[in-house]
Amino acid sequence: MRKTSYAAAIAEALRISFVDDPSFSLVGSYVLGLGPKRALMDPIRAEFSDRIYDPPISEAAIVSIGAGAAMAGARPFVDIGTGSFTYVGWSPLVNEAAVARHMSNGTLKVPIVYHILHGLRGGGAAQHSHSPQAMLWNAAGIEIVIPSSPYDVKGLMRSAIKSNNPTMFVNHARLMDVEGDVPEGDYIVPLGHADIKRKGRDITVIATSYVVHAALSAAETLAKEGIDAEVVDPRTLVPLDRDVILQSVGRTGRLVVADETNLSCGIASEISAIVAEHGFKSLKAPIMRVARPDIPTPFSYPLEQAITPTAEKIAEAVRRTVKWS
Amino acid sequence: MTLDRKIGLSIFDRMLMIRHFEEAVIRLYKDGHFASHYHIYIGQEATGAAVLEALSDKDLICTTHRNHGHIIGRGCDPNRAMAEILGRATGFNGGRSGTLHLSDPSRGFLSTSAVVGGCPGLATGAAYGIKTKKEPRVAVGFFGDGALEEGLVIESFNIAALWKLPVVYVCENNASGAMGATQGGYPSATTATDSFTRLPAAYGIHCLKVDGTDMTAVHTAAVEAVQRCRAGNGPVFIEAFTMRWPGSSPLWPELATVTDLEEAWDPSRIKGPYAEWLRNHDPLLRAARELSSAGHASRDDIMARDKAARDRIAEACEFAIASPMPDPATVGQHVFA
Repeated sequence: MRKTSYAAAIAEALRISFVDDPSFSLVGSYVLGLGPKRALMDPIRAEFSDRIYDPPISEAAIVSIGAGAAMAGARPFVDIGTGSFTYVGWSPLVNEAAVARHMSNGTLKVPIVYHILHGLRGGGAAQHSHSPQAMLWNAAGIEIVIPSSPYDVKGLMRSAIKSNNPTMFVNHARLMDVEGDVPEGDYIVPLGHADIKRKGRDITVIATSYVVHAALSAAETLAKEGIDAEVVDPRTLVPLDRDVILQSVGRTGRLVVADETNLSCGIASEISAIVAEHGFKSLKAPIMRVARPDIPTPFSYPLEQAITPTAEKIAEAVRRTVKWS
Repeated sequence: MTLDRKIGLSIFDRMLMIRHFEEAVIRLYKDGHFASHYHIYIGQEATGAAVLEALSDKDLICTTHRNHGHIIGRGCDPNRAMAEILGRATGFNGGRSGTLHLSDPSRGFLSTSAVVGGCPGLATGAAYGIKTKKEPRVAVGFFGDGALEEGLVIESFNIAALWKLPVVYVCENNASGAMGATQGGYPSATTATDSFTRLPAAYGIHCLKVDGTDMTAVHTAAVEAVQRCRAGNGPVFIEAFTMRWPGSSPLWPELATVTDLEEAWDPSRIKGPYAEWLRNHDPLLRAARELSSAGHASRDDIMARDKAARDRIAEACEFAIASPMPDPATVGQHVFA
């Protein structure tokens, strides 16, 4: 199959959406971040300029405007940019977009995609490194999509754009250069379907976003030590594919969850709780979490590394889990 | 009065429905039919009714915690509106919204935001949707003066002006007579400006100031605003001044005055501590006097319209009280489409 970059796969999904649906529009066109890959958006900006609006630095307003536009029957895609800025638009996100469907008793729909680049990106320090997806999981009514591969991001973005619900599309700047197989035409990856990125017998490692790649790297290291790790990527948090997660742990009996959200009340916490509650019988060892400690993100490289869920930390957690008795 | 007879009477009928609906809401609350904080539109009827008169069925509307007047003024079913306020399964929103978020999307309402400053952003967004889909509609956002204390609203003005969005902002300034308000109608404790229109005007938004108890003035402004939007000339901001109804002050609504349209012709009937408000600021009495003196309606005609509205609202109350509560087993419905 043809190989493209993660960033190119996003650009293809956006272009297909513009062609496919005249009610699709873009608020903020730097979806690929501010790195060199942003040039992939130039042809789209030229071709669909009447449906692309680059907004002022007004995150609260664009989150609100996107929600209102979706309620009015449009299908906007709003780029918030760096994940930390989601907090500037928090109220319209959790107080308006997330609840309108329920408050209207199912008579309104809010088909909007919000897009962010979350996470530890290298030198982002405390105000450009947040991963708000765990907090958003606490605001009922928002779909949360968090891909890790070029194939997944294109298909999931098409699903998110077609969805009639508010969706937070969580990308990571470090994924943009990842290369992988991507079909040329239109296709979807449905929401709510986890993917087993590596089959294994001894332990399940659940990871999201860029940490999936750290988990795969850890699995290769562990394989040389005779530990066969299965790597599961949920791909969407809301809806969450509990079946694939519980089935995998059912086969391996051991679980490490690795993710960039904070340790407390984070994604690893919720997935661990689900497995403890519904998969207790299959567990042969305590679940371990490799998450970001509850510390504001520091700037300096060694300090940032100290809180990053790396392949080494995942491998060490796996070894401890496998040896636990 | 320069208003056409048919338009004047249509606005007046909307006002009557709003007024009797709101008085009924207060009575139902006092009788224990629902329990929550709620907000009443009495005193502002001329603003909502006259703006709604200027809209088409296709136009989109966003409102706030003080939404009852806009819902009823739009002509939405009062049975289902009252049932929603009572948390009943038959309400517009199945008991999920209550008084704060009452909405009827089938009549062009967006989600109703009870977050102060929530509505103007949504209305701006609706206008963005209209513009990107190249539709001939306009979006209208009703909100109070307090919304102008929120940053998101100012950001929305900037974007609406930059992108020439077809949105009419209707700021219902009911600060006069409210807690902390100064003589000029601006709450000096919370806003440093002495003219709200300076804020949208700074972005080049066309601004109109009207007496919100004058249905003719409001209707004229609304027609101009809607025409400008439909012509693609970008947003318009209307500031409508009203004197706060004594019953909504200081916070929890009290039935301070009870509507008696005979007072329009017989001022000697006006008595009590709120006589000044009734004499000078009650939009319903003012409209009745104006329609009568313009020869648009006789006293008997006006009283017959009043009775029809009272009867319709009484029916709505009966419907709401007789309606079932929602089934707790359905609580998980409608989280996602």
